[in-house]
Amino acid sequence: MKYLYVLVGLGVATSFIASREKTFQALRIAARRFLNILPAFLMMLILVSVVLFFLPDEVITAYLGVDNRFVGTLFGALLGSITLMPGFIAFPLCGILLEKGVPYMVLSAFTTTLMMVGVLTYPVERAYFGAKVTIIRNTLSFLTALVVAAATGLLFGELI
Amino acid sequence: MSGRARIIRTVCISGFALFVLLSLGFGFDPGEKIAVNFAFFSLDMLKVLPCAFILIGLFEVWVRRETVERQLGEGSGLRGYGWVLLLSGTTVGGLYVAFPVAYSLFSKGARLSVVFAFVGASAICRVPMAIFEASFLGVKFTAIRMLVSIPIVIMSSELLGRYLRKRRYAMVDGSAA
Repeated sequence: MKYLYVLVGLGVATSFIASREKTFQALRIAARRFLNILPAFLMMLILVSVVLFFLPDEVITAYLGVDNRFVGTLFGALLGSITLMPGFIAFPLCGILLEKGVPYMVLSAFTTTLMMVGVLTYPVERAYFGAKVTIIRNTLSFLTALVVAAATGLLFGELI
Repeated sequence: MSGRARIIRTVCISGFALFVLLSLGFGFDPGEKIAVNFAFFSLDMLKVLPCAFILIGLFEVWVRRETVERQLGEGSGLRGYGWVLLLSGTTVGGLYVAFPVAYSLFSKGARLSVVFAFVGASAICRVPMAIFEASFLGVKFTAIRMLVSIPIVIMSSELLGRYLRKRRYAMVDGSAA
C-alpha cells in the first residue's frame, strides 16, 4: 500500500513539473469522477455492511466445512459471490480452513468467486457497464470459478 | 439516471443513516455491528480510491488517445491482452477499483474485449495478492487458479466483446446509473 502512495506522489510531482495546468486538469477530472461514482459506492458499502452482519466469518467457516465436498464447493462459490472482503482477511481465513481439512477445491471456489464475482459491487458495476452487461459478466465469472474449482480438485486429487 | 432509481437510492442511503444513528443512540447491538462494518469497509476503500482516481486523472490528461487505440484498440490483437494482463497485475483494491479504470480505458479507445479482460484479470492476477494467497494456500494452488482462469477470462472477454460490439454497446461514465 505504501508503494501506491509513493507512486501517486511521484506521478503528481512529475506531472506538476511537466505542466502545472495539466496537473490541475487531472486532479479536477479525478475529483469529478470520484464524486460522480460516490453515491454508487455508498450503496455498495451499505450492502456490504448489512450482508456481512448476517454472514460473519463463523457462518462462512461452518458452510465451507460441510462434509460433502461438492456441496462445500457450491457453498463456497455462492458465499464468495455474495460477500466481499479484503485479501488480508480472506486468505488467512482460508489458511485456517485448510488446516481444518477443508478441501482445496472448496477454497478455490470461494476465493475465485470472492475476487471475480461481485454481487455487492453491483451498484458500482452497473454505473459503468449497465445492468444487463453486469449480470452477464458476473454469470460468466461464476461459471469460470466453477471450472477453476474443478481443475483445482482434479489436480489435488480431490475430485475423483 | 432515472428519477425512480434516484429516489430508491436516496431512500436507501438516508434510511441507512437514520438506522445507524438510532442504533448507536439506543445501543441496538446489530445496528452497532453494521455501523462498525460500514466504517471498516469505508476506511479500507478510502485508502485506495482517491489514489486510483488521481492516477485515472493523470492517465486522462497525459496518455494520448491514439496510443491507447493502437495498443488496446480494435487492431491490437493479442498485444492488447498482454498489456491489460500486465496492468491488472499491478492493480490494488478489488473489482470496485477496476471498474473506473476500465471506463477510462474504454473512453480512450480500448476495445470492449480488452476492457473485459482487464476487469477479469484484475480480479485474478494482482501480483501482491497472489503472493499473499500463495503464502497461505501454497504455490500450487495459486498457480492452478491463475493458469486455468486467465485463458478462460481472455476467451470469454473476446466473445462478450464481439457480441456487444455487434449491438453497438457502450460503457457509461458512472454518473448515469
